[in-house]
Amino acid sequence: MLRYIGRRLLQSVIVMLGVSVLAFSVLFLSGDPTYLYVNERASHEQIEKTRQQMGFDQPIYIQYGRFLKGAVQGDFGKSLRYGQPAMQLVLERFPATIELAFVGMFIAVIFAIPLGVLAATKRNSILDGGTMVFAMVGQSIPGYWFGLMLILIVGVYWKLLPISGRVPLLEPLLRGEFGVFFSSLGQGLRHLILPGIASGIWSLSRNTRLVRSSMLEVLGVDYITTARAKGVAEKKVVMKHAFRNAMIPVVTIVGLEVGFLLSGNIIIENVFAWPGIGRLIIYAINQKDFNIVQAGVVLLAFFFVIINLIVDVLYTWLDPRIRYN
Amino acid sequence: MSTLLDINDLEVRFYTPEGVIRAVDGVSLNLERGETLGVVGESGCGKTVTARSVMRLIPTPPGKIVKGSIRFDNKDVLALNRQELLAFRGGDVSMIFQEPMTSLNPVFTIKDQLTEGILLHQDISFEEAVKQAAHLLDLTGIPSARERLNSFPHQLSGGMRQRVMIAMAISCNPKMLIADEPTTALDVTIQAQILEIMRNLKSEFNMGIMLITHDLGVVAEMADRVVVMYAGRVVEIRKIRDLYADAQHPYTEGLLNSIPGSTEERKRLHVIKGNVPNLLDLPTGCTFRDRCEHATEKCAVEKPELVEVKPGAWVACFNYKDSRTKDQNKIQLTSEGEVSIDNRVSKEDRKPLVKVENLVKEFKVSGNFLGGKSKIVHAVDGVSFSINQGEVFSLVGESGCGKTTTGRLMVGLEEPTGGNVEIAGQHFYGASNKVQRRLRKEAQIIFQDPYSSLNPRMKVETIIGEGLRIHGDHMGRKEKEERIVEVVRSVGLEPYHLPRYPHEFSGGQRQRIGIARALILNPQFIVCDEPVSALDVSIQAQILNLMKDLQEEYNLTYLFIAHDLLVVKHLSDRVGVLYLGKMVELADKNELYGNPVHPYTQALLSASPKPDPGAKSDRIVLTGDIPSPINPPSGCYFRTRCNRATKKCTEEAPKLMEISPGHYASCHYI
Amino acid sequence: MLKLIKKLNVTGIIPGEESFTAKEEELGRKRVSFHGRIFRSMVKAKTPLIAAVIILVVILMAAFAPFFAPNEPNSVDIRNRILPPAFIEGGISEYPLGTDTMGRCVLSRLIYGARVSIVVGIAAVFVAGILGTVLGIIAGYFGGIVDDIIMRLADIQLAFPFILLTISVLAVIQATRDVHQIDVNLIQRLLPLILTLGIAQWVVYARLARGEALSMREKEFVDAARALGDNHFSIMFRNILPNSIAPLIVIASFNVGSSIIAESSLSFLGLGVPPSIPTWGGMLAESRELLITGNLWLSTLPGLCIVFTVLSINIIGDWLRDFLDPRLRT
Repeated sequence: MLRYIGRRLLQSVIVMLGVSVLAFSVLFLSGDPTYLYVNERASHEQIEKTRQQMGFDQPIYIQYGRFLKGAVQGDFGKSLRYGQPAMQLVLERFPATIELAFVGMFIAVIFAIPLGVLAATKRNSILDGGTMVFAMVGQSIPGYWFGLMLILIVGVYWKLLPISGRVPLLEPLLRGEFGVFFSSLGQGLRHLILPGIASGIWSLSRNTRLVRSSMLEVLGVDYITTARAKGVAEKKVVMKHAFRNAMIPVVTIVGLEVGFLLSGNIIIENVFAWPGIGRLIIYAINQKDFNIVQAGVVLLAFFFVIINLIVDVLYTWLDPRIRYN
Repeated sequence: MSTLLDINDLEVRFYTPEGVIRAVDGVSLNLERGETLGVVGESGCGKTVTARSVMRLIPTPPGKIVKGSIRFDNKDVLALNRQELLAFRGGDVSMIFQEPMTSLNPVFTIKDQLTEGILLHQDISFEEAVKQAAHLLDLTGIPSARERLNSFPHQLSGGMRQRVMIAMAISCNPKMLIADEPTTALDVTIQAQILEIMRNLKSEFNMGIMLITHDLGVVAEMADRVVVMYAGRVVEIRKIRDLYADAQHPYTEGLLNSIPGSTEERKRLHVIKGNVPNLLDLPTGCTFRDRCEHATEKCAVEKPELVEVKPGAWVACFNYKDSRTKDQNKIQLTSEGEVSIDNRVSKEDRKPLVKVENLVKEFKVSGNFLGGKSKIVHAVDGVSFSINQGEVFSLVGESGCGKTTTGRLMVGLEEPTGGNVEIAGQHFYGASNKVQRRLRKEAQIIFQDPYSSLNPRMKVETIIGEGLRIHGDHMGRKEKEERIVEVVRSVGLEPYHLPRYPHEFSGGQRQRIGIARALILNPQFIVCDEPVSALDVSIQAQILNLMKDLQEEYNLTYLFIAHDLLVVKHLSDRVGVLYLGKMVELADKNELYGNPVHPYTQALLSASPKPDPGAKSDRIVLTGDIPSPINPPSGCYFRTRCNRATKKCTEEAPKLMEISPGHYASCHYI
Repeated sequence: MLKLIKKLNVTGIIPGEESFTAKEEELGRKRVSFHGRIFRSMVKAKTPLIAAVIILVVILMAAFAPFFAPNEPNSVDIRNRILPPAFIEGGISEYPLGTDTMGRCVLSRLIYGARVSIVVGIAAVFVAGILGTVLGIIAGYFGGIVDDIIMRLADIQLAFPFILLTISVLAVIQATRDVHQIDVNLIQRLLPLILTLGIAQWVVYARLARGEALSMREKEFVDAARALGDNHFSIMFRNILPNSIAPLIVIASFNVGSSIIAESSLSFLGLGVPPSIPTWGGMLAESRELLITGNLWLSTLPGLCIVFTVLSINIIGDWLRDFLDPRLRT
């Protein structure tokens, strides 16, 4: 089992190396990245000067080596607009992104499991049909548009909830300022509800379907019949024997979804003026501040890899076949 | 004895999008206390559905018990309320299933799963339940039971899991045990162990056992009475001895006659024509009439009821055996009992066609480029033999013995780690691509699973013509088409089958298509890898007859790989016995079956159930599981299960020696 | 028996297929053509039929946009800005669904907007599907080091959130074009979008195709082809691919929907398609400034277009799965 985790760790490192290559090479899609850093009317001398400043005149492997060396230390250079280290800017916005992703995930999981399990056990009932229609529609709605509609209806028409901005929760918690945390909890949550729903709706729909189909499959397996033949009550058959087995594929998908949520939230963050990494990245793109883009991308990918590592460890707890091999 | 279970006129239907399946269609049977009732029949005959109905385990929907009654120990099973049903399941009746690999929950330990049932039905503490669980594992012969309690199912072998299932089933002292094909997925020596455990437990606990199986040998050995089912109905109920000696229903007669070994050797097997009918669209009257030699007009109109035609013999047939005249019975004999003429070259003149020289195949498991220690499976561990032109050579052995790998190595489906294969005087491995290509035409293979062996997206003509596409550059289109038609006819299909897809055919017909594909290039040598083990008995006989006919017509040489010793005996000239990748005995068929010398061969032969209730001989039941081929025992591989093993066997591996002309064995103590 | 029933539930095989009696052959089993079965199954289910009609309408509108659109999509009418639809008070019949902030006809823009969505949605899936399928089958069939490399690439791709990848690539390309002031036509403009969306999504197909290839490799019919001396290419694409295609088509059909959403998201962010080309996502972006004022139509109509199109595609995908490969219920 330790060996298994060790191997997964090594795989993660390889994946991160690959991510760094991707993040590095995106700039070179333009042919000569120098032009991304100068303005349109720059003279030939200015361009040459920038090229040397940025090191774009050196061989590509040296540039990558420098990029990688910096990346490992969290150094992606300075932001051209803010003048601050790119990574620092990204990290400042990280708690906001995490908060939103967490709420989205929470919604996507906490409702999906009971809905999916119920739909599976009451197969072909009205409840099942309704759940499936809901899930089908939910998977067809773009999250950002759903966000716009929430703003329009809940925010503008009903004036129930705030439609933009954020009250920090994670930062005071991390700093240990619990007084600040509890006093801002109410407002913070109110700000989180709409963007949270908008970001979670797609995953919620998909997870519901996934839980249902996974349950249905497990409920047809021989060991479920064994449990019934032992005289185990139906409720316990579902909740004890089927549920844990059915969760095995669900956990994998949910792990992958975290990554999807982080990146999908880029647009949600823009809709709700949520001060997270996504909003920063879009801003940086418009400002051609590519150091920030690189830093943001690498950080999100890193986070994604970590989550998947955790999922794999969780897996070993769920599935003894992996634990003991 | 008093009646424990009484099923009366049970009807179970499944409502599917394709239509209503009448899975059980008016079944009546009963089981006495302490009796073992065998329920036999081919796939789709309704035996499993009947058994599950007893425990009300039919998935509803789509299934539904539409009619009939089930009484168990004076309880009306179909009227039990939810609480009573839960107490009934596991408390009064329990069940074991065919697939030990999937019938235990993979995420819970053996202890969890064993104690769960105990705590449900008995008012005892958890500690006591654990104690009881350990005792139960002891009873079923699991070594170091206490430690095993903390194992997860995947850590146990198939035989062990089936023991756990049995332990679970008997944990609350049920009055009846339903065993649904309990040994079908197991090796024959393990099957012998499980059957013995069941026999012992039955007498110890005085349980009734309902034993569902397709294996007429297992029934003969275990059952007191037998229920024969066909297409959802009971066709015959007999005492075990009577059934085998004096079957009355034409289906039972046909079934018993189609077992290899029931007829004399070199004769064609008796065959029941056609296939099991479509349950969506059952024929009127008697469901067997389309396949019956004795069907009359009455059979088409009227459904025969199950009646007692003579004391203890319940038969559902208008023309059962005793009611027929001698002439009528003769018809059957002349039409089926043709003796094939052995016109092949005499044995002395045969030349070796295929030679296997010290073949070794190792597989690496686990471990990739990121590390992880790789282990080596010694699948084939230095096997040598040769097969003569026109001969049928069989390899037998249990799972993991390397028989299939050997077969695959002989047609180039695996690369050997060592050794070589020689076909028609030419080495296969190390030869040029051109030579290999030519040799591939000479050596072909027939597979086990008729469902996975045909590409479902190709038409039959494409499947059969694949060989010509690859090797037939010199042939014109017309020529190819003619060749395909010729081959299709030779396997008993018709040209109008050619534009169809595999799913339109039955298992037996698919196997014919697979044979045609192998024959298209006119090979001299064919590897037959368990070609009939996935088929029902009556279909199996058809395919075995076909294989024999083709062999004689085209003077083919077969390597026949099988675990069914009766089939092997019927078909082969010589037989090799493999154990953990090594040849332990090799001899002429009659010599091997009549005078086996290796202790493993002896055990294997004695463990194989014979379809003859009288033949309850002294059985050698091997202890323990087959060792893993990842780290086989030192010295003689068989020593861990051998009662003759000594220190020498631990230290020194025996060599294969010729003990009499043509009879080889590898054991220190012969 | 239960096995048979299970099989029936799972793969839709008729349990009676074991019964191929001579008599049945004489009668001639009714053999319905594949197209006939598709049509019958669709009519029977009704919902997919409606969905198919909706998609057909969208495709026709996109293809013959100039014919259907009442106005030029880009013609500005300063006097008639932010009009509601014609059936609402204040609307005029010249603009059936009203006008936007620049006084452009909403209906015409919606009709033209379908073009980008449909083209990008389908083309991106083709790129992703072909790339992923080929790589996946190669990985599954050969296994070993080839498999390790391809699957590690897939992991990297997965770890790199695909919207982010698309955004960064598009941003760089756009910035480059701005700097060099390269003039590009519509196809050149859409190509990076199609390619990046396609490349960003190959992993799904690769994993699925690999899994299929892995299980197909174990099938005896593949062994049979090898025993006959068939070559790798032929085994992969004659034997394995046709048997793996059903789940891939199902995934692809769902993927068209998600690609349309992705395209609209990027247009919403102002990436991908230039503002001169009407897109549903772009229209939503333009409507944002009016959101606070409570303007309903401008933000609702393009969204509904996306939802109905994607929903119809998903319904078709769902039905296709049941029809082609019921094992895949997710």
